[in-house]
Amino acid sequence: MLSFNSSNIASKTKTISRRMFLLNSIKAVVLIGIFGRLASLQINEAKKYRSLADKNRFRETKFAPPRGVIKDYFDKEIASNTRIYQLHITPENTPNIKKLLVRLKSLINISDRKIASIQKRIKKQKKWETTIISDNLTWSQFSKLNLFLHELEGAQPVVSVARVYNNNASAHAIGYVSEISPRDIRNKKYLKNLDIPGISVGKTGLESTLDEEMLGSPGFLRYEVNAYGKKIKQVSIDNGLQGKTFRTTLDDDVQVFASKLLENVSGAACVMDIYNGDIISMVSSPSFNPNSFIHGIERKEWNDLLSDRDKPLINKAISGLYPPGSTIKILTALSALENDIVSSKLTVKCEGYIDLHGERFHCWKKKGHGIVGMRTALKKSCDVYFYEVSRRLGIDRLAATAEKFGLGKKVLQNYSEEKKGVVPNTKWKIKELGKNWYIGETLHSGIGQGYFLTTPLQLSLMTAQIANGGFKIQPRILINKNDKFSNLQKFLNHKNSTPGNVMSADDQIFNFGLQPLFRNQENINLVKDAMFAATNEVGGTSYRSRHKKKEFMFAGKTGSSQIKRFTPEQREAEVKQENITYLERDHAWFVAFAPVSDPKYAISVLVEHGGSGSSAAAPLAKKIIKKVLEKHEKRSRHSNGLKENV
Amino acid sequence: MYSRHNTTFIRTFSLKEKFFNLDLILLFSILLLGVISIFAQYSSSGGSFDYYSKSHALRFGIFFILFLGVAFTPINFWHSTSFFIFLILVFLLLFVKFYGIQSQGSRRWVNLYIINLQPSELMKIGVILFLSNYYHKISEGDVNKVRFLLYPIIAILAPFILVLSQPDLGTAILILLSGVVVTWLAGVRWKIFAYLSFAAIVFAPIAISFLKPYQKSRILTFLDPDSDPLGAGYQIIQSKIAIGSGGLFGKGFLNGSQAYLNFLPEKHTDFIFTLFSEEFGFIGSVLMIFLYFLITYRIIKIGNETRSIFGKLYCYGFANAFFIYVAVNMSMVLGLLPIVGAPLPILSYGGSSMLAIMLGLGIVMSCNVYKNSAVG
Repeated sequence: MLSFNSSNIASKTKTISRRMFLLNSIKAVVLIGIFGRLASLQINEAKKYRSLADKNRFRETKFAPPRGVIKDYFDKEIASNTRIYQLHITPENTPNIKKLLVRLKSLINISDRKIASIQKRIKKQKKWETTIISDNLTWSQFSKLNLFLHELEGAQPVVSVARVYNNNASAHAIGYVSEISPRDIRNKKYLKNLDIPGISVGKTGLESTLDEEMLGSPGFLRYEVNAYGKKIKQVSIDNGLQGKTFRTTLDDDVQVFASKLLENVSGAACVMDIYNGDIISMVSSPSFNPNSFIHGIERKEWNDLLSDRDKPLINKAISGLYPPGSTIKILTALSALENDIVSSKLTVKCEGYIDLHGERFHCWKKKGHGIVGMRTALKKSCDVYFYEVSRRLGIDRLAATAEKFGLGKKVLQNYSEEKKGVVPNTKWKIKELGKNWYIGETLHSGIGQGYFLTTPLQLSLMTAQIANGGFKIQPRILINKNDKFSNLQKFLNHKNSTPGNVMSADDQIFNFGLQPLFRNQENINLVKDAMFAATNEVGGTSYRSRHKKKEFMFAGKTGSSQIKRFTPEQREAEVKQENITYLERDHAWFVAFAPVSDPKYAISVLVEHGGSGSSAAAPLAKKIIKKVLEKHEKRSRHSNGLKENV
Repeated sequence: MYSRHNTTFIRTFSLKEKFFNLDLILLFSILLLGVISIFAQYSSSGGSFDYYSKSHALRFGIFFILFLGVAFTPINFWHSTSFFIFLILVFLLLFVKFYGIQSQGSRRWVNLYIINLQPSELMKIGVILFLSNYYHKISEGDVNKVRFLLYPIIAILAPFILVLSQPDLGTAILILLSGVVVTWLAGVRWKIFAYLSFAAIVFAPIAISFLKPYQKSRILTFLDPDSDPLGAGYQIIQSKIAIGSGGLFGKGFLNGSQAYLNFLPEKHTDFIFTLFSEEFGFIGSVLMIFLYFLITYRIIKIGNETRSIFGKLYCYGFANAFFIYVAVNMSMVLGLLPIVGAPLPILSYGGSSMLAIMLGLGIVMSCNVYKNSAVG
């Protein structure tokens, strides 16, 4: 029994030991596995997991840096930044949001509707995300809040920076900013990864086109959070970089002046330097308050803007399309001369109408102008004369000249809202309307009616390129530090420094590499002289608006673009423009250059439904011209940031 | 030859002798682990002596004394009472089943006034004790007889099923493994394990249908943790991030951002190693594993030196169980096994678990103290 027991024990021990050995081997394998896993996590992939841990641990809030500023030519800020007072709440720090909102409602006047939308927004957000309750408080509201802050648990008064526009005059040229919308994110690539809720982005004008550069680089606040997203401590802060500042060619002073002048009409005015193409002024009327958009526009104000008959939100200077009316006669005459179709000596007898191809074409003057030559025809804007000229010229040649002088294409590259307009010709009509061109349409086109569509800016460019002697200029509204003097500017500087040194047109072109738009500069001069007559000689269409003082004397051409043809009865009754319905009245045009002795600026003024150019547009142009010329010296003295390219 | 009747083997030892019979390396390893565990709990509480760290320290102190008490209790006592202990534990499990304290959807605790005891944790030791005793008694020839297989199967399956139904999959599996290891060591044939495994696989789908939804999701998540990153997979992912981000040297004591910022789930209990590993890096983790290895090694060594089959089986069984606890817990937090809820011996917060381990270690130590005394 005992021996059995002993041997039993020994044998059992043997079995146990053998099997234990096997288990120990398994243990070794398991240990190796655990070691391997540890090494792979902590040595091979440590970097990956460290970054994942940091991602867990840190949260960043981005904030917008101050937006780049837009200045005028004299470095005055047109679109600047201002300190604003905001109220934020963070739900996780707010014990009772409802109560807080009720209390705030009585303190700073929040509408019930706004409260409802805030509550909705809070529900959608994470509880540590900040919600802006009010983003533009007045100082008195802000100080009131700070006074009662002890009973407003969770409310945070914040001082921030936002856009401000100093006046409404440049609302169209500069544009406006407003809260980013899903549509902005869809349309603009650079906004896709911006991820700053509620940031203001440019919506129209330069604010829109320069948006990316003016946004700057966002700042961020990095803080540590725990697993529940609660802020533990701030880790780092980066204030970001302010966006780029832009200087424009605009003169804020002139902008305000012109805008005020156009206050009571619907229209636009553009002033351009005829040598370097600088746009001194570009206003559209009626204007609107761009500041209304910054913090979200009130529904009523928005609806009013949308339903306004005069379309305040449209920049009429570049997006308004109007038939050029009689202002095109400058080009009709020029084109005919340049193409040797007629000589300047051509005379035509105007009896108030002309019958051509079985159709009667009326002159604006029922009694007719009698026998007129080209100079008089332009001066008095005789339609019959230009019917005859354009009949001989043909639409295609007229169109070629019009395109050469800048019609039918965008003047600037800085505006997505700018329109091209229409310069019709035979091919265009077949392509766009699928119909053949009729000779009658040529006659209408020759006096700027029919299919022709232009913007005020295009006509100011046209006038500028006539006024500077017929040379091509590249209009600009932004001043780039790297811009070089244009060839024309160099020529001008040369001319100013050596008075009396008269250079032939060929020499000018050769020596300064100018781009002439003419074949014979004489033709340009003829047209310019006729424009002089139109303003400064008795019987000229804008004679009543002339400046008598030599330094302000200008030369211009009126125009009125027909909205609706007169019926024979109206024509017979000599119905006055002011007696017909507003929306059926003609648009009034005036284009001019000044001063006549040494042209420097070109202007175009459009008054929608103004009736006639001479009565509605020219008087406005006269005042703007004076204002611009008065500032000329200051402007030429002011460093324009250009470097002489030697 | 007449050793059984030799009184020298039944004599009592003086306290001094007993003390010198202690395995001091094992003793100090346990103490070291205990001290480390207090620091780990301290860090886990965000660097403060709060409820968790305080009660952990207190428990370790009490259970260490208990451990010494058990160590100085003759091994014979544990041998002779093992069946009784097992029965009490089965009774407690049944009691828990009906009168236990319910928490987070499972019924695991019995209120003993001083402590909320988790009998399932003690059962991990109980099953080893019972089976060691059983195989000590039966002759080697009987081991593979069907009649003699019946008791072990019941002794393993009864607590397994009771614990599984609490439900507590982790502990149930550990009880099963502990028991299986002892039967294996006792010499049960490969074939029998093969048959039983086959039967288990056949019945597995039925068993799975009894699993609670959260248990099923845990198993599914293990297979693809990224499928549900904020749900059940969250724990594995966050644990891996914590360990991985610890790198070679760790982030330093009290600097584990994952744990400190509460990204780590159950950082006091199952994921305490993750916290340790994040703060002390690869080197710290390797040293920690070495400490566990050392303890396992010393237990095996005691088993080697113990003459009685009971002692050997118990020591080996416990060593294997101890190793399994460590391996399962570490594999779990390293993403090698699904999260089943298995604490890391001594390091993890949890009274019952520590009590079981310290009692288990105490009996091992008792084997060493009384290694030359006969058992029977």
